[in-house]
Amino acid sequence: MMKRAALIAMLFLPSAACAAGEEIVSGLSQNRVAITANFDGSEILIYGAVKRDSPAPKGAPLEVIITVEGPSTPLVIRRKEYVAGIWVNASAITVDAAPSFYAVATSGPIDKILTRTEDLRFKITLDHAIRAIGAASEAQGAEEFTAALRRIRSDDQSYRLMQGRVQLVQETLFRTDIALPANLIEGAYKVRMFITRDGRVLDQEERLIDVRKAGLERALYVMAHEQPFLYGLISLALAALAGWAASAGFRLLRR
Amino acid sequence: MFQLYLPIAEVSVNAFLLLGIGGIVGFLSGMFGVGGGFLITPFLLFIGIPPGVAVATGANQVVASSISGVLAQLKRKAVDFRMGLVLLIGGLIGSWAGVRVFSWMTALGQVDLFVQLSYVLFLGLIGGMMFFESARAILRSRRHGGAPPIRRAHIHTWVHGLPFKMKFRASGLYISVLPPLAVGALVGFLAGIMGVGGGFILVPAMIYVLGMPTKVVIGTSLFQIIFVTGFTTVVHAVNSHTVDMMLALLLIIGGVIGAQLGTMAGTRLKAEQLRILLAAMVLAVAIKIAFDLLLQPSELFSVTPMALP
Repeated sequence: MMKRAALIAMLFLPSAACAAGEEIVSGLSQNRVAITANFDGSEILIYGAVKRDSPAPKGAPLEVIITVEGPSTPLVIRRKEYVAGIWVNASAITVDAAPSFYAVATSGPIDKILTRTEDLRFKITLDHAIRAIGAASEAQGAEEFTAALRRIRSDDQSYRLMQGRVQLVQETLFRTDIALPANLIEGAYKVRMFITRDGRVLDQEERLIDVRKAGLERALYVMAHEQPFLYGLISLALAALAGWAASAGFRLLRR
Repeated sequence: MFQLYLPIAEVSVNAFLLLGIGGIVGFLSGMFGVGGGFLITPFLLFIGIPPGVAVATGANQVVASSISGVLAQLKRKAVDFRMGLVLLIGGLIGSWAGVRVFSWMTALGQVDLFVQLSYVLFLGLIGGMMFFESARAILRSRRHGGAPPIRRAHIHTWVHGLPFKMKFRASGLYISVLPPLAVGALVGFLAGIMGVGGGFILVPAMIYVLGMPTKVVIGTSLFQIIFVTGFTTVVHAVNSHTVDMMLALLLIIGGVIGAQLGTMAGTRLKAEQLRILLAAMVLAVAIKIAFDLLLQPSELFSVTPMALP
């Protein structure tokens, strides 16, 4: 009897956890992106609705935060210093993993709709998404290096904070567009959606977008890595053929 | 519009921009008998191609423009094949060593500095020497009231006293094989580390060190560059997978057309004029890169992603 009671309690636990009874139901305009030769970035529409059993609670308004995170790679951050009259790469730190792309879109000012403890817990803002990967402190002032990483990647639009860019209708329907840049790397892009009230996360949902090279791009990439010698020879043959064709073509023209 | 995603470089660039870069470099290449790699690598870095891909793909492009150029020179019988082969043997040894040093420097994170210093040093030295020599030649011909100075078939230097002599008929030379071998090796080494064919060093070396007549220098230089850069391309493709065929193709299409036009333009100029123009161009690139090293960069930090294991 005790066992069965515990089981029933456990079954009901999830719904008991989100006391407000609000859940995300979401969708993506596409869950795969094919990088083809004329790939010039891609716009992903992320949309959803908030499902609830009872009318929306009064008080603090509902807010939505959406993050899109590209595959992480290890990287080296180097700093140039003035050595013997010229600027050279003098010190460096290695970061075990940092996202190649990270976008945060919100329905309001991030510091108002998310408490710092919740941010830390779910690693939502960029600061936590990068700090989470733990930069090994090989050089003094690792903080300065990760700040540089954020600055460089923000400048080239790889890291973005888009406050107020999630449209929210009647605390129920939400949508946002996230433009993926043209210099995407391959891999699984993680989309996370959070709904908050009073700075506290009520529910979250996760989805994946699969980004792959396709067609010729895929064929060339695979060949370059699996048949490097043959690939090199074909590159040469291409060069030789083009060189000869131009020469022959011009001879015809001059005649 | 016409953006193209490059599969190896993993960036998206404008297709016409690449055709244009290839065309300009090809034109200069055909005109001066240099591969043009010393121009194309900085160009590619400037538009955001990663250094490894720029160097390796640059080498591939140089192969094409050199073939186009050689075929144009061949019609004028301005290629010394025997000299080309001797230079080539040295070149392959040097190229292999250069690619090894390049991989090693990449691992150390100093490859940018290394490439930049090589550029400043070699381009500055060669450019400066050529500039003064050709300026003097032009002044001399002016002073003589336009009458050409008395020309010897070639200039005699210390080089002509070394053993293992060999006859190079097309160049009208009878010299030791050691200097061409050494020149070839040096050029091959540069090809490996800088992604260049080394024409800018080969052309002056053939004129001043080996004493070859200017008219066969361009064709012969291009002939040897084809093989050295071809070899470099394959070694980079195998060692570091950094040859981007899509990028190369666009540069090549621009390059081969430019090379043909450049060869036509080159035949209208006198030897001294060609040399001083080449020298000025080489010096300009050296000075630009030297400034980059000497002035404080606006961004001190750089981010280099590493491949996933």
